Amino acid sequence: MNHFELFGLPVNFELDSASLATTYRELQRTLHPDKFANGSERERLLAVQKSSQVNDAYSTLKSPIQRAEYILAVCHEDIRGEQQTLQDPMFLMQQMEQHERLEDIPHAADPEQEIADFDDELSLSIKQYLQEFSQLVSIEHYHDAANVVRKLKFVYKLQTQLSTLEDSLLDY
Amino acid sequence: MALLQIAEPGQSAAPHEHKLAVGIDLGTTNSLVASVRSGSAKTLVDNTGRDILPSVVRYTADSIVVGEDAAQQAVTDPENTISSVKRLMGKSFSDIDTARIPNVLVESASGQPLIKTVAGELNPVQVSAEILKALAARATESLAGELNGVVITVPAYFDDAQRQGTKDAANIAGLNVLRLLNEPTAAAIAYGLDAGQEGVIAVYDLGGGTFDISVLRLNKGVFEVLATGGDSALGGDDFDHLVVDWITTEAGLVGEQSLAMQRLLLIQAKQAKQALTDSDTVDITLALETVNWQGSLSRATFDELIQPLVKRTLLACRRSLKDADISKDEVLEVVMVGGSTRVPLVREKVGEFFAQQPLTSINPDKVVAIGAAIQADVLVGNKPDSELLLLDVTPLSLGLETMGNLVEKVIPRNTTIPVARAQEFTTFKDGQTAMTIHVLQGERELVSDCRSLARFSLTGIPPMAAGAAHIRVTFQVDADGLLSVSAMEKSSGVSASIQVKPSYGLGDDEVANMLKDSMTYAQEDVTARMLAEQQLEADRVMESLIVALQQDGKTLLSDAEQTAIENAIQILYKIRQGDDRDAIEKEIKTVDKLTQDFAARRMDASIRKALQGQSVDKV
Repeated sequence: MNHFELFGLPVNFELDSASLATTYRELQRTLHPDKFANGSERERLLAVQKSSQVNDAYSTLKSPIQRAEYILAVCHEDIRGEQQTLQDPMFLMQQMEQHERLEDIPHAADPEQEIADFDDELSLSIKQYLQEFSQLVSIEHYHDAANVVRKLKFVYKLQTQLSTLEDSLLDY
Repeated sequence: MALLQIAEPGQSAAPHEHKLAVGIDLGTTNSLVASVRSGSAKTLVDNTGRDILPSVVRYTADSIVVGEDAAQQAVTDPENTISSVKRLMGKSFSDIDTARIPNVLVESASGQPLIKTVAGELNPVQVSAEILKALAARATESLAGELNGVVITVPAYFDDAQRQGTKDAANIAGLNVLRLLNEPTAAAIAYGLDAGQEGVIAVYDLGGGTFDISVLRLNKGVFEVLATGGDSALGGDDFDHLVVDWITTEAGLVGEQSLAMQRLLLIQAKQAKQALTDSDTVDITLALETVNWQGSLSRATFDELIQPLVKRTLLACRRSLKDADISKDEVLEVVMVGGSTRVPLVREKVGEFFAQQPLTSINPDKVVAIGAAIQADVLVGNKPDSELLLLDVTPLSLGLETMGNLVEKVIPRNTTIPVARAQEFTTFKDGQTAMTIHVLQGERELVSDCRSLARFSLTGIPPMAAGAAHIRVTFQVDADGLLSVSAMEKSSGVSASIQVKPSYGLGDDEVANMLKDSMTYAQEDVTARMLAEQQLEADRVMESLIVALQQDGKTLLSDAEQTAIENAIQILYKIRQGDDRDAIEKEIKTVDKLTQDFAARRMDASIRKALQGQSVDKV
C-alpha cells in the first residue's frame, strides 16, 4: 500500500491539506498504540507498525517537496538519494549569484530587511517551481518533472542556509 | 485482579470494571501523584494532607526515608540524603559537574555515577525507584486497591538514556507503566481539556532541573505536538546555584565548602529566590562558627544573575516555533508550568516574547500530575469513548556514525512518534564480514558532539567485494519515545537487533538484580510476580480476542477459522488457571500464531472504516 492509497487518495500532486490532516487524525484515532494499551502484544505490535506507517505517509504527503519526490518514485523516476546530476547552466549560474548574495548579507546596511526580501523571493520561486512540477506531472512528463524537483532542492537548501544565517545574525 | 468470565467464549466479554490508574509527576525537586475520581483529576495527599512530596531520599543503615522527613535531614546528614537525583538520571560520570552535587559521587566500572551512602553505592535509577514506591504506596492506600497502571511524566527534552532510566526505575518499583508522557503535553491536556480549546498553544515548562517548550495543535481531543525543544539541564536549581555563587563571593567564603555548608547555602539561596517573587529585596544571614555574614539581595541583582539563563529558554522557544512553522501571532495561548515560572523575570520575558499574558490559572506545581492522571484513566480503559489522543514527537535527532566520525541522521528531531525509518549502508572493504553500528542522539554533525546511545555489531556478513553488501539499518521509536534498532544484510538475511540500552543506563540483568535486591521483593515474590504478569498477558489476549470475535468474527473469518480460534481460547483459559508460567507463555504464543492473520485483517478493516467515515463526512 503506498502513501496515497493509505490515505484513500489518488496519486496526484494537488491535494487539500486540511482534509489530509483530518484523515490523518481519523487514522491515528483508530491505529495509535495508545488505543491498544490494554491489548495483547500482537495488537500492540501491529498498532506500532501501522501507526508508524501512517505517520511516515503523513509527513511525506504534507511536505510539497517530499510529496513531489514521492510521486516521482511511485511513477518510476526515483531521485531520492541520488548524487546531483542537474545540467542546466543557466540555473546553476543563477544559483552561484544567489550564494554570493547570501554571503553579502552580513555586510548589508540593513541585513534584517535584506533577509526578509531574499526569503520572499525564494518563497515565490518555490511556488512557481511547484506549479510547474504539478503541470508536468499531470501530463506525465516525469523526466522533466524530476529536473524541476532537482531545482527545487537547490532553492530549499538556500532557504535553510538563509534561516541559519538569520539565527546567527540576530544572536538570539 | 478479577478473572475473566468466559464460560461461553464469544458470548460475553468481561463486564466493564473500573480500574485504578494514576499519573505520576516525578520531578527534580518535588513529585506528585494524581488520579481521576468521580470524573475529575485530583492530586492525592499523604496522611498529613500534603500533596507535594519533596524528591528527597535519605538512606540509613537499615531504613529508607522519602519526602519531607528526608529533606529535613539534608543539612545534618548530607552524605546520605539525596536530592535532585533526576539530574543524574541517564548521565555518565563525566557528564556531571560533581562540585554542584552535595553528595559523594563515585564512578562505576561502566562509567555511571554512583552515590556513596551508608546503604552502599546507589545508582540514580534505584533512588528514583524509592520516590516512585513512596508515591505508589500513597496511591494504593488512598484509592484502596492495587494499581493497574501508571503514567509517568518525563521532560519532553529527555534523551533515550534518561527515558529508559525512568522506565527502569518504575520497573524496580514494581509498577506497570502504561506510558511515559512528556511533561508539557501532560500540562496541555490539563489545560486543553478544561477549556475545550482548539488551535495552537505553547507550553513553557521551567521546573527545578529541566526546561521544556512544546508547541501543540489541539483539535477535537487530538493533541498534536508540532515541535518541542529545551534543555534537560536547566531549571530553578541553576538559579539557586547562581545565588549560592553570589553569596559565596559577597560573604568572602574561600576554598571548597563542606557538604553540610553546600546544603545550607543551597537552602538559603532557594529561600531568597522564593522571597524575591513577592518582595524587592531579601536579607540573607549566615551565622555560623566559621562565618558571620549578613547581606541583602535585590530583585534587580537577582534578575541580572539569571538573565542569561532566561535568555537561553527564549532561544529554545524561538527555535521550536520555527521547527513547528508557526509564527508568534498564531499562538493562541501560552501555558506556564513548573515552579520556576513563578519567578517574575521569567513571566515578564515570556510574556514579552509571545506578546501576550501567559496563562497561570492551574497551579504550576500540580498541572503535570493532573494531565498525567487524565491520560492514565483513558489508557487503562476507564473511558472507552474518550476522544483524547496524543501525538508526540522525538525531541532530538537519532542517527548513525558514518565514515569520518560524522553522524548521519536517520530520524530528525520533531518527527511524530511512533516512527520507523530505515537507511541502507554498505561495506567499504573487500571481504568485510562484520559491521559496527553506533547509534547516536543529538543535532550536531560530529560523533563526539552527540550522545552515544549504543553500539552493536552485525556479524556473519558473507565475504563480498567492497560496496556489494546491502545493510539495512532500521530505527523504531515507540509511543514512549524509546528506540530499538535492527540491522540486516539483505542478500544473506543475516540480522542483528537490540532494544537500545543506552551506554549510560542499566543492563537488563542489572535491573533484574535490583528488582531482586529490592526489599519489597523476596525470591518467592519475584516468581509469583512473573506468574501474575504472564496470567495478566493471557487475560489481555483472551479479552481482546473475545471482543474481536464479537465485532468482526462473522465478517472476517470463515466458520472453520472462528471455531479454531474459539478452541484455542478455551485451551488457554484452562492453562491460565494453573501456575505453570512457561506453559501459559507457550500457549499464548500458539494462540498468537493462530490469530496473527485475523489481527492484521482487523487492522486493515479499521483503516478502511476510518477512511469511509471520512468520505461520508466530505459529502
